[in-house]
Amino acid sequence: MAEIELRSLAHSYSEMPAGDGDYAIRQLDHVWHKGGAYALLGPSGCGKSTMLNIISGLVQPSEGDVLFDGKRVNELSPRDRNIAQVFQFPVVYDSMTVFDNLAFPLRNNRIPASRIKARVHEIAQVLEIEDKLYRKARNLSADEKQKVSMGRGLVREDVSAILFDEPLTVIDPQLKWKLRRKLRQIHEQFDITMIYVTHDQLEASTFADKIAVMYEGQIVQFGTPTELFEQPNHTFVGFFIGSPGMNLIAVRRCPGGVCFGASVVPLEPWQTETLERVSSSNIKIGIRPEFVRISELPADDTWEARVTDVEDLGTYRIVTVVLGEEKLRVRQGEGFRVGIGGKVQVSFPRQWLKLYVDEFLVQEQL
Amino acid sequence: MSLRLENLSREVDGVLYIRDANLTFEAGSFNVLLGRTRAGKTSLMRLMAGLDKPTSGRLLYNSEDVTGQSVQKRNISMIYQQFINYPNLSVYENIASPLRLAGMPESRIESRVRETAAMLRIEPLLERYPLELSGGQQQRTAMARALVKDATLILFDEPLVNLDYKLREELRTELRELFRERQCIAVYATTEANEALALGGTTTLLHEGQVVQNGPVMEVYRAPVNTLAAQLFSEPPMNMIRGRVTDTEVTFDEYSHHALARPLTELVPGAYWFGIRPSHIGLVPANDDDLEMSMEVELCEISGSETFMHVRNRHFEMVLQLMGVHQYHTGAPVKVYLPINKLFVFDQGEKLVHTPSSVPGGGV
Repeated sequence: MAEIELRSLAHSYSEMPAGDGDYAIRQLDHVWHKGGAYALLGPSGCGKSTMLNIISGLVQPSEGDVLFDGKRVNELSPRDRNIAQVFQFPVVYDSMTVFDNLAFPLRNNRIPASRIKARVHEIAQVLEIEDKLYRKARNLSADEKQKVSMGRGLVREDVSAILFDEPLTVIDPQLKWKLRRKLRQIHEQFDITMIYVTHDQLEASTFADKIAVMYEGQIVQFGTPTELFEQPNHTFVGFFIGSPGMNLIAVRRCPGGVCFGASVVPLEPWQTETLERVSSSNIKIGIRPEFVRISELPADDTWEARVTDVEDLGTYRIVTVVLGEEKLRVRQGEGFRVGIGGKVQVSFPRQWLKLYVDEFLVQEQL
Repeated sequence: MSLRLENLSREVDGVLYIRDANLTFEAGSFNVLLGRTRAGKTSLMRLMAGLDKPTSGRLLYNSEDVTGQSVQKRNISMIYQQFINYPNLSVYENIASPLRLAGMPESRIESRVRETAAMLRIEPLLERYPLELSGGQQQRTAMARALVKDATLILFDEPLVNLDYKLREELRTELRELFRERQCIAVYATTEANEALALGGTTTLLHEGQVVQNGPVMEVYRAPVNTLAAQLFSEPPMNMIRGRVTDTEVTFDEYSHHALARPLTELVPGAYWFGIRPSHIGLVPANDDDLEMSMEVELCEISGSETFMHVRNRHFEMVLQLMGVHQYHTGAPVKVYLPINKLFVFDQGEKLVHTPSSVPGGGV
């Protein structure tokens, strides 16, 4: 197990990168601590696969260093780095038994047969495939094969880290639940560094203690699922995390706060102070659909809005309202009864209203 | 205009892919086929398209028998999981290709292509080639090609599965809007219950080649005909607990005893399966007559806005979907509360016998 550090790391697939746009990964420093369960989350093309391949050694970074426990490993192969990888599609030898598949990485390392047997049984037990050990891998279902793939990663005791590249893509939703839960338990039991790449926020947040959100070759936020949800420090994180994402409204400065259309949104003094210090006119407010409050009666801090769509998602509703010229999405419970065209009173609770300048969150200086 | 499947079956080398399907699809309808991998979604679509021949049964289009008619003779579009575009043609030519094949005059082709591309927001990309596009843009191109001609039947075979979930969210909303105005029959296959709910329309639940249930999406969701339908149409899957009703009490797995209260008093004494959706179980009681159960926490999965809490006791396990962050250690004792009016009840044959009652201010 190792601590993995990326120091002044950048990567470009072009030989003469001219600007930021030529970089798959723009310069960054990052540490993956020993024994952590991490996710690397972002849309396709954000650089997350490049990042994973740089950690594993499949790709050599064009700039900067990769360090395992302080030792530079840029030139080492995945095998020499002791990295185990689990891919989208299960990698198993169909003609071998499950036992031989699991034993394979150990036999390669010349571990004594008695030890191999004990270890294979231990791993098979954890993955709940013990009863399938002497079956040929070709007779397994997709999720069983993926378990064997994971087992091959877990079986080696000297492994530095396990990297998962969208491992649940081919698994049915009903089984995803079980496998995700299994992975969490394995992490708790083996205390191993795990990095899990995905574009699915739910997979990332249920697996990882901390998530690195990537966007255009940069890690825009590294935090717990709760931090990403409650305190997104970039508009992209607000948009990408959450379904639907954060409501973002372009606003302008005005006395007492910021405005959009005829609506004045009051701000906290520290937010106003920040706005006075910067000159940018790229200002937005953000509030999550879960936090917009809807009430029947008008009050000092409410605006009247019109309902334009109600999406019934079974146990909750996503309501679209129009406030001035802005469309807002609001999450409501099953009891929401206002129909399309109806009027509602909308307000933004202060603690959930975020202010963004040049797409970055304005944070309170403590 | 309608497409009717009559006792349609397909068998290959002794394996039954579709068993006795009876379904009707109306023009202007949006139909979702929901089922796990290998449930028969693709097989059914291929039969509808005429790409495969049924072993028995008939396919009727406006009461005309079209069984075994080749796909070329019928006006059908199909969109697959993998984005299929012609790599050597520009986006414009890709979209135009079905119209050229149909011999449409050049002047009309251009307006149709531009109109469709605008609808799918790829108009600025018309001069590019597929390989220069992102995955989402490639799939939009494939969709534009399917939508550009006035097909009478459009089949979507898990078209969004290879895309980011954010893009999926976006395209799903667009699809809903695109089909509001169209008079064709749209059929959409997915493995995800939440996608079926978001798309709306009609839902057909498929399992092992058989139609389990079919109807307007909310009807199927609110009254699943059996435990299988309930499990298929719930994400995470509906919790199922075995129980027994006597004249005075309801007992779960001969372990958790509760005084019998309305509406369960309507049940004939006997053994049942009780189902409850993960989002309906609470950590605090919502009503006086909630069923209280002592459980142990197995795992909390926190998504940021929600927590999926897995709990168990010696007899059964459950999943709770809770709003907000709830952090408990493995093994921590918790009391959970099941609202009695949110219970689904299934008989020993796993058939639905009772649905949650609609209470004022609350749905099912």
